[in-house]
Amino acid sequence: MSEPNYRWPARDKRRVMGTRVNRIDGPAKVSGRGKYGSDINQPGMLFAALLTCPHAHARVRSVDIKEAQALKGVTAVEVMSGPGTVIQWAGTEVAAVAALTEEIARDAVRRIKVDYEVLSHAVKEEDLKAAGGRSKPAGEVLVGDPDDAFKKADVISEGEYGIPVLQHCCLEPHGQVVMWKGDTIEYWPSTQNVSGIGGDLAQSLSIPAANVHVRQDHVGGGFGSKFSADRWGVVAAKLSKASGGRPVKLFLDRRTELEIAGSRPSGFARIRLGARKDGTIIAWESQSWGTSGPGGGGVAATQLPYVFVNIPNKRVNHTGVITHTGPARAWRAPNHPQASFLTCCAIEDLAAKLNLDPLEVFDRNFQYTARPEVYRAQLRKAAELSEWEKLWHPRGQAGPGPVKRGLGIGVATWGGLGHASDCRTTIHPDGSVEVELGSQDLGTGTRTVIAMVAAETLGLSVGQIQVKIGDNRYPPSGGSGGSTTVGGVAVSTRKSTMNALQKLLEAVAPALGVSADQLEAVDGRIQVRGNPAKSLTWKAACQKLGVKPIVEMGRNDPKNPMGMISQGVGGIQIADVSVDVETGVVKLNRLVAVQDCGLIINPKTAESQVYGACIMSICGALFEERIMCQQTGRFLNADMEFYKLAGIDDIGEIIVHLDITPEHDARGVIGLGEPPVVPGIAAIANAVANAIGVRVPRVPLTPDRVLAALEGRRA
Amino acid sequence: MQAFEYASPTTLKEALSLLGERWGEVDVLAGGTDLLSLMKDYVHTPKRVVNIKGIAELGGIRRTPAGLRIGATVTLDELLASPVVRTEYPSLWTAADGVRSPQIRNMGTVGGDLCQRPRCWYFRLGYGLLAQKDGTSLVVNGENKYHAIFGGGPAYFVSASSLGPALVALGAKVRLASASGARELSVEEFFVIPKSDAEREIALRPNEILTEILVPPATGVRNATYEVRHKEALDWPLATASVTLRMKGATVESARVVMGHVAPIPWVAREAERLLAGKTITEEVAEQAGKAAVAGARPLSQNGYKVRLAQVAVKRALLAAARGKA
Repeated sequence: MSEPNYRWPARDKRRVMGTRVNRIDGPAKVSGRGKYGSDINQPGMLFAALLTCPHAHARVRSVDIKEAQALKGVTAVEVMSGPGTVIQWAGTEVAAVAALTEEIARDAVRRIKVDYEVLSHAVKEEDLKAAGGRSKPAGEVLVGDPDDAFKKADVISEGEYGIPVLQHCCLEPHGQVVMWKGDTIEYWPSTQNVSGIGGDLAQSLSIPAANVHVRQDHVGGGFGSKFSADRWGVVAAKLSKASGGRPVKLFLDRRTELEIAGSRPSGFARIRLGARKDGTIIAWESQSWGTSGPGGGGVAATQLPYVFVNIPNKRVNHTGVITHTGPARAWRAPNHPQASFLTCCAIEDLAAKLNLDPLEVFDRNFQYTARPEVYRAQLRKAAELSEWEKLWHPRGQAGPGPVKRGLGIGVATWGGLGHASDCRTTIHPDGSVEVELGSQDLGTGTRTVIAMVAAETLGLSVGQIQVKIGDNRYPPSGGSGGSTTVGGVAVSTRKSTMNALQKLLEAVAPALGVSADQLEAVDGRIQVRGNPAKSLTWKAACQKLGVKPIVEMGRNDPKNPMGMISQGVGGIQIADVSVDVETGVVKLNRLVAVQDCGLIINPKTAESQVYGACIMSICGALFEERIMCQQTGRFLNADMEFYKLAGIDDIGEIIVHLDITPEHDARGVIGLGEPPVVPGIAAIANAVANAIGVRVPRVPLTPDRVLAALEGRRA
Repeated sequence: MQAFEYASPTTLKEALSLLGERWGEVDVLAGGTDLLSLMKDYVHTPKRVVNIKGIAELGGIRRTPAGLRIGATVTLDELLASPVVRTEYPSLWTAADGVRSPQIRNMGTVGGDLCQRPRCWYFRLGYGLLAQKDGTSLVVNGENKYHAIFGGGPAYFVSASSLGPALVALGAKVRLASASGARELSVEEFFVIPKSDAEREIALRPNEILTEILVPPATGVRNATYEVRHKEALDWPLATASVTLRMKGATVESARVVMGHVAPIPWVAREAERLLAGKTITEEVAEQAGKAAVAGARPLSQNGYKVRLAQVAVKRALLAAARGKA
């Protein structure tokens, strides 16, 4: 028999895909029965704590662990930054202790004596001029003739904008329980990378990857920061071994989590736009800078202008600034929110300068994007949902009273091609079905989507599918980064379940007196195509297997997407804010998100992704920033008190519109995790400028910054 | 946290006998919403912790001829549930409601609110109450957007108490008990500006327990609190104002105007109080009072905006009080 037709069923033929299914692990999560890595407790488990460096830049002269070792209840001490090590950021791990209780481990850590040679540090990058020798210019990108274009421009708009370093701030901190006994390691990490993290740990410990068994049912947030085993994973394994193979639990405390376990690069820029009177941009010039910690980094010159990539004349410079701060990790849509903010603010300022409606200016310049018609349609939809026509006013003309309302636009793009993924489906003779992948559910609904694809293919209900993920003994599936998971697991599940079904149909065909290719799986039955009267129940059909279950594989190969997955999406968001100009307090009334993402398997969890992304954007626009102290070199708000995140009362109304059309559907499955987190900060910043009549150059839009902009000075 | 001895007495007498003579030896535990963080961060390393939640006489809200008696271990949630507080002391009610965490309202106590330590990030990182390094202030030369605009140093933290400004404005007193007896202080006197790291920001002595708060009757007064908040969800206010107006008809006979989160203590705006006497509260008068309240502010490098916020808070609190009933 030839290879089955794996293609997605036509839209009107789908029974499960495209319906709003509650996430299947919801009850486990809300009841607490679902266990996260930090919930794992094992018999005889030890607790570990880290000693971290309080200096941003220092050389370790000596580490004396004798007193820690001598404390009753301590089972092992490991030095992580030995003599001679140069520490490049505060919070760096210096030593780790395993003990019978967390309290003993923490007390033991305080008995470790470290002699530091404190070196000079620099932890700030907002002022490029002050960076001096810490600047790393990346080289100029030149397209067309910007000098000539600026001369010909009817108007030149200039501005300076900035977005600070943010943290991942995972609700569940990084960490793991790990047990290194004999030759093998049992490993319960908090990770986005179930199939890959075991090999990473094994490499650091010089043991075979095959000897590491990884398990994780649930993860409390990763956002791009939880792919590798990390130094704390490696040291926890070593502490376990040194403690006779007892399991060791080591999770970062909140301060350390924020200091060292992930940050997003800052993005600052001076931008000049040259344009015609009608708002058509003809020239772009930008000097951007930012830091990702010791490596310099920031938004790459190739990422500006964002989305409007085909502006004909461009001069783009970027300078990375080296700082003694915790290094950046991939943060949900790396660099896109920053690039969107910088670009969209500059365009909104141009529109204001020309006294044009930004809707018109964005629309006109979509000609410079890869998908002009998609963006135009999305902008129209977003304008409709945000009541733009009724609520928008020219910049600063919000009317009387201390509370000013305004609207603003942000745009996004993303890839989202499904990653490599293998899936194994088992159909048991009793009719039960297992679908196994070494994948993970970051909270996005991956489990649910796998169950839906399997149910669709096998003609069963979602509840009849046992989804097994979160174990590296299952077939390998990619790490969850780049919005690649849904495409990857959807295709591998589709193929695997279809291959298994094929085998089942072959086994059943003789009983129904037709060939297998005349059978189909529908509504819990195997039936002759077009003749439901001639059928077997799923259970009866599976009984024909005798004693041997069907086990079939399926693979997604991103190099051969077979029309089932693709990449490249756009999104538009419009924010509606109210600003109290006496206090500078910004309140979000509404955030409208219009997003395309190909074929949508579960609109409910897809929308949920967009809601979550919008909330993250609101946090970034109004609240979040890492506050570094140059005197002490410390990250002062490495907590959840002054590192501010929105609460439910700060969010306002979020309207999600998934751009579901036959054309988008035909593109197949595309990832959605990242794109909706891109445009919100730009939209909110532009809405505030529209409300109060002046640009607040830097986010978050805190009362001090808003008041300073109103008073014409910098905060 | 450092290992400690734990005591859970059921009488005040027993609790008092367990206290120390010097700060740092013994900590009193009520709601624990602040103390546990201090201990986990090793900012406090007590040898003994005395839990006072089991002492029945420290609880309860009771109306007396002298006013409202609020036990020290009354939770913020209990305070908010009190109809008397809600109707007669809206300034106190609003201030308690400003603690936007149900968990903290459920656990945190009125006494604890007054006794909690400052949130200054340098203090919490272990640089001491005055946050000095090599004799200079880390606050003055560093990150000070949330710090004091009044007081003039050397302390630049802001009093974290949510209820303090309202209680000062209402003329409330606290009762402090020790093994040798009890004393009463006005809430205004209870808060002090420390001059050294060894001092505390409250007048409580290490051998004392704050047992109750006495709020005078609200007859003939209007009161209100306004908080300027960056976030609606749990967050420290950036500036607040609590006002109490003794009215004679539509005219203010005397006023108390107290600002919060702008100084190491609840900051009494005497200029504003003088200005208000004999006036009727109008938008213009409230605006003038706000300006008068902040006339003496001395902001640091990054907190000039708080001057404006305090001014607006005073104005809006006055207008809210004027709208309320006497």
